[in-house]
Amino acid sequence: MTDFSAIDITEAKKLLSQKQITATELTEFFIKQIEEKKELNCFITNTFDIALKMAKESDEKIQKGSDLGILEGIPIGMKDLFCTDGVKTTAGSKMLENFVPFYESTVSQNLWKNGAIMLGKTNMDEFAMGSANTTSFFGNVLNPIRSDDQKDLVPGGSSGGSAAAVASGQCFAATGSDTGGSIRQPASFCGLVGFKPTYGRCSRFGMVAFASSLDQAGPITKTVSDAALMLQSMCSYDDKDSTSSKKLIPNFSDYKKFDLKGKKIGLPNEYIIEGLNEEIKKKFDQCINIFKDCGAELIDITLPHTNYALPTYYIIAPAEASANLARYDGVRYGLRENSENLDDLYQTTRASGFGDEVKRRLIIGTYVLSAGYYDAYYLKALKVRQLISNDFKNAFEKCDLILTPTTPNVAFPIGEKQNDPLEMYLNDVLTVPASLAGLPAISVSAGNNNNNLPIGMQIIGRPFEEISVLAAGSAIELSKV
Amino acid sequence: MSFFIEGDTGKWEVVLGLEVHAQIKSNSKLFSTASTEWGGDPNTHVELVDCGMPGALPVINEFCVNQAILTGLSINAKINEKSIFDRKNYFYPDLPQGYQISQFEFPIVGNGFLMIQTKEGEKRIGITRLHLEQDAGKSIHDQDIKNTLIDLNRSGCALMEIVSEPDLRSPEEAALYVKKLRSILRCIGSCDGNMEKGNLRADVNVSVRKPDSEMGTRCEIKNVNSIKFIQKAIEYEARRQVEIIESGKKIIQETRLFDPNKGETRSMRGKEESHDYRYFPDPDLPPLIISKEKIEELKRSLPELPDEKKSRFISEYSLTDYDAEVLTDDQYVSDFFEEVVKNRDSKLVVSWISVELFSYLKKNSIELSESKITSKKIAGLLDYIISGKISNRQAKELFEPYLKSNLEAKDFIEKMGVEQVSDEGEVEGLINRVLQENPKMVEDYKNGKDKLFGFFVGQVMKESKGKANPQVVNKILKDKLT
Repeated sequence: MTDFSAIDITEAKKLLSQKQITATELTEFFIKQIEEKKELNCFITNTFDIALKMAKESDEKIQKGSDLGILEGIPIGMKDLFCTDGVKTTAGSKMLENFVPFYESTVSQNLWKNGAIMLGKTNMDEFAMGSANTTSFFGNVLNPIRSDDQKDLVPGGSSGGSAAAVASGQCFAATGSDTGGSIRQPASFCGLVGFKPTYGRCSRFGMVAFASSLDQAGPITKTVSDAALMLQSMCSYDDKDSTSSKKLIPNFSDYKKFDLKGKKIGLPNEYIIEGLNEEIKKKFDQCINIFKDCGAELIDITLPHTNYALPTYYIIAPAEASANLARYDGVRYGLRENSENLDDLYQTTRASGFGDEVKRRLIIGTYVLSAGYYDAYYLKALKVRQLISNDFKNAFEKCDLILTPTTPNVAFPIGEKQNDPLEMYLNDVLTVPASLAGLPAISVSAGNNNNNLPIGMQIIGRPFEEISVLAAGSAIELSKV
Repeated sequence: MSFFIEGDTGKWEVVLGLEVHAQIKSNSKLFSTASTEWGGDPNTHVELVDCGMPGALPVINEFCVNQAILTGLSINAKINEKSIFDRKNYFYPDLPQGYQISQFEFPIVGNGFLMIQTKEGEKRIGITRLHLEQDAGKSIHDQDIKNTLIDLNRSGCALMEIVSEPDLRSPEEAALYVKKLRSILRCIGSCDGNMEKGNLRADVNVSVRKPDSEMGTRCEIKNVNSIKFIQKAIEYEARRQVEIIESGKKIIQETRLFDPNKGETRSMRGKEESHDYRYFPDPDLPPLIISKEKIEELKRSLPELPDEKKSRFISEYSLTDYDAEVLTDDQYVSDFFEEVVKNRDSKLVVSWISVELFSYLKKNSIELSESKITSKKIAGLLDYIISGKISNRQAKELFEPYLKSNLEAKDFIEKMGVEQVSDEGEVEGLINRVLQENPKMVEDYKNGKDKLFGFFVGQVMKESKGKANPQVVNKILKDKLT
């Protein structure tokens, strides 16, 4: 069997169209990879039968040469947050351990329409709440990359299963969802490309909600070119999502024609935080030079409210989650524990169905919305969120793109930071501001540190200017830092 | 005459405010395309969002928004160009999302008012706001011994909550307010106003105070679903509060329920147990923006409202305030009236509709719209009166059997053989016979005993078995006797 783990979607598409390989061959290859790499725990549910059926259909289409989708015959992983018709969708929670939706999320529907093949549902932090994929009811995911001292590392989260699956060659690409960094951070930890588009680009219909005003789907891929293809297939205006954008969807692959020459890249001094890993700082400086070489102009900018982004996020996201997760009450679907009466039903079901991190956030969220605390926490957080948005607006009057590291540190060993939620939350400190402002942001790999662990760089763009973000990501990718 | 409760320490004034929940008449729900049809099999009109499935999202139904705007315009209210949907969080089995989508700080409709016709004259009742919200499903407790069953057909149906100022001062005023509001809702078609089906229900805020003193502590009576019950609940509750205060105790602010069987209110939950609903803007829904143009367009589409119709009836048909109010209270009735009054004397038509017809309906406890009585049927009978073929008195006697029959006026009157004799020759023949049979009386009359005129009329009527047209008899008799 040919080894397809070294090629990306862009190359696979070429081979498929030249009929050198078939979708079925690709699918069979990845199925084998998934079976061989079970110990990484990337998938919660395998859908091999469905995959082979989809592959057969793709092969027929390719034979006929008509009706070909952008991702025709490309096997991918689907984060288990996207509802898939007839296929178990758990959101990484015991609460939905046996939940089988009878409807399809718009993002997954779009991917299938574009010929993508579903290999399975990828593991994730419970309800997307986590930064290390250690909160999943279905167990940790392991990062396929090991440090030189051979410790098991986290893949990042919450889209940890997706990132680890792509990084270990179990699929070409996978979907992720990003609320505060859940695509970019695991991509960074696994040496991949993770792209969160502008809020509203991808429909949230059928995506198990965490924090509705922040949740946004996006791809995790090996290359920037693949990210453009995946995103193209995922995006659509959707009248089933009132926050879905009607803005024209460009051809994202046009980033290849986008010239960075003369563009202004902003460097926010607030992102060079205390505790930023020295090697990451070094890579960051190297990236500055890459852009200089491209003819871009590097300018210092200020995003003065950056410090408040993390606390703001950890008020707004739990507040929304506290309402979004109220529906898991044991009444209609999902887990129901035996109970004596109604209050008992709620208490036992929710106590047993949710893990500690989810409970922690639901309690925080309930607290910040409570009478007497609303103004001090939630309302204030909304105001600060506006200030953070304004920071970016002002900055983007002076620059076209913003360059920052994706995370303050590289992937850490499983078990670390488990007892200190605050330290865990710090993982998101550099990704959260773009989420709060709804901006497109990509993480691309900028090479490894001395311990051979990947370092990610983040590029943030103006709303709906995904193309320039992809172009800047590509510049880092091409430079082979 | 104002309404007061007589307590041991004097008069007490009742202060009332109403929160009316009106289900919007619409084919689909506020945030889903599921049907709103009443009476379907349980859980058959349910979309993803109505049963709170993971990943389901609400999408606003523009028709419902328009209905709310129309309602706002017809209660003289300000339409807010920007309003916000909020989540009202609480756990209940028939609330599938774990929150109700409602409007809290920024409702779609702001300050307005409507006029009610009290015995003392017109009174203006302020309306604080109108907001849009989702209805909940229904918990059914009597179908299974062990379990409560849930029907989500109603879950997500659009409601307008219309909140009045505490301007109402008696159970009657509260009833008039609800009736007026209902007639407006029905007129513009934004709500069926059918209280039995629960598509109109009210929360009643009741407090009492000594006249001209400060507001008392209020209690809220939840979900009262008929006008009669609203009045009864207020009467009971106000008296209860007076008794408590007069016995030296204090009113505790609380939510109460009205038990129609016992005719009393009882405590549901106190202020301490009241929910903290943790309202916050629903992140699934952007602010609702309504353009000035749209408001203007909807304004132009408004039908003639009950108050406008009332003024027109007063000027066009010379009706009294009272009659005009009664006839414009209900769209069906006013349309009925206008069909009957066309080319007919309005005084006659009003008295037949608002007195005879209404008392018939009341006696039989049916609404005009539910009865099979057509305007044509009433008009047919009135035409016999107008042409003098039957007398007003005859018509009244025949009215009930006539309404109950399936016959038109012509056939009914023929069948009953009650058509008046108005033919002058025929009447003259009868008169001649009576005069010939009573020569002594004729002489007495001619000698000045004017009172005997009535005797002759009576004899003629008797002779005609009551069918002679009294006007014709009068006329010919007068001619003959002078």
